[in-house]
Amino acid sequence: MKILVPVKRVIDANIRVRVKADNTGVETANVKMAMNPFCEIAVEEALRLKEAGNAEEVIVVCVGPEKSAETIRTGLAMGADRGVHVATDERLEPLVIAKILKVVAEKEGTDLVILGKQSIDDDNNQTGQMLAAIMGRPLGSYISKIESSDGGFAITREIDAGLESLKITSPAVVTADLRLNEPRYASLPNIMKAKKKPIEVMSPEDLGVEVKNRTNVVRVDEPPAREAGIMVSSASELVDKLKNEAKVI
Amino acid sequence: MSVLVIAEHDNSQLFPSTLNTVAAASKINSEVDVLVAGSDCGDIAAQCAKIAGVGKVLCADAPTYANEITENTAALVKAHVSNYSHVLAPASTFGKALIPYTAALCDVQAISDISEVVSEDTFVRPIYAGNALQTVQSSDSVKMITVRTTAFELADAESGSAEVITVEDFGATDWVQFVDQNLSQSERPELTSAKVVVSGGRGMQNGDNFAMLEKLADNLGGAVGASRAAVDAGFVPNDYQVGQTGKVVAPDLYLAVGISGAIQHLAGMKDSKVIVAINNDEEAPIFQVSDYGWNEDLFVAVPALQAELESN
Repeated sequence: MKILVPVKRVIDANIRVRVKADNTGVETANVKMAMNPFCEIAVEEALRLKEAGNAEEVIVVCVGPEKSAETIRTGLAMGADRGVHVATDERLEPLVIAKILKVVAEKEGTDLVILGKQSIDDDNNQTGQMLAAIMGRPLGSYISKIESSDGGFAITREIDAGLESLKITSPAVVTADLRLNEPRYASLPNIMKAKKKPIEVMSPEDLGVEVKNRTNVVRVDEPPAREAGIMVSSASELVDKLKNEAKVI
Repeated sequence: MSVLVIAEHDNSQLFPSTLNTVAAASKINSEVDVLVAGSDCGDIAAQCAKIAGVGKVLCADAPTYANEITENTAALVKAHVSNYSHVLAPASTFGKALIPYTAALCDVQAISDISEVVSEDTFVRPIYAGNALQTVQSSDSVKMITVRTTAFELADAESGSAEVITVEDFGATDWVQFVDQNLSQSERPELTSAKVVVSGGRGMQNGDNFAMLEKLADNLGGAVGASRAAVDAGFVPNDYQVGQTGKVVAPDLYLAVGISGAIQHLAGMKDSKVIVAINNDEEAPIFQVSDYGWNEDLFVAVPALQAELESN
């Protein structure tokens, strides 16, 4: 089995983002970037499937600017076998990304695509679902467990009301939720080894995908700030405030 | 052309998220239809017909739709999409899986988690865990959207009189086989629509200690939630999680107990009307967004609060 793991380069989860003064987006210059945390979980799961003897190769793919190569290297340092970099400086929507990933997945002949369920920058939560739809493959969204079963996959999904178990056929597209696993840290020897692993670079045009967005970001604003309120020091004071001042109980 | 809202339900109950989504749809266009896909879902369709502002209810009642299999519901929605300018669903795990999948089938770029309708093609949505608000304009001929339910009021559930139209079953995929569900059983109100939410974090130390919060929630008629740290530690199940990647809540009263206030948690609760934080760390970021903060050991504060509420 060949597994493809699409990853995204995002502002590090620990950085507090700032909206640009001209309201065109958020400040990304000189900001620490990292692999999207859900993508790390996806890479980890692919590696575990390989280590358990269920897969032969794990390929990490990233669609994005030149620096995205660093994010691919992170995946290679974790243990993925090779990388594919679809290089572009354009802002790409999930639908365009999904179209690019479809071509890469078909070209590579992958049996399983594992994506993070959402990226923590745009918070779209779309690409995996879109990829499954346009590839005509079963979708396992928000999974917290995956096992090979009867030539397909047995998955557990995290849904709003609890957990759901499904069986899906192979090849498939699944999206990783938080509790699928805890991703490993890359060891120093593996970071060194990753530098020698191949990354194939191509453009969306090479893959025959037209980069055409359907939405236009009109502006980006700061959300209304919430002010810190007052401190209380006893249960009676708190209950009194909630009853008589806030009037919520 | 009118707006189609996809109802969220479990075949026995219509979820309030449907009412919020109808309210959002009404801000786009006064003509709103609702699609109910389910099995033995006639009562749900009848309830949808009573929602204020709904013109027609399309009801697909078939075993195909007994469970929310994305592929099956998407094929049904796609079959009806040509009659609509917009398709809306709540931004729950149901809608978040369904809308992008359906959009891609129709070659449409979906718009996720809108918190405001600016015009029929322009919407506001939170990005970066709610630390920025993006205004986005769509040029697609059909807009496919998930709705942040806490940002819209509940449409009136009693004053409508829509007609119910039976629509055909578009067939089930053979790629996906439903096995089972393991759902949390609770007598308490549902987390995303509760008026009061009592949430615990890592500071709770273990799952047993959540009994204190359950007691408090029962006294206040509220639901119990948790931070990601508490869920990751195995104190409570995944469906308790409030935050950027969990549930988004905006109750009248949010009580954060032993929760430090990580950005991802704040993303899920900072639109609550009143926030109360109990934490033994006076530097905890949660105090910066709280209306009332109490810097105290939660194992002292929670029993004291419970006693005070009981004596009142």
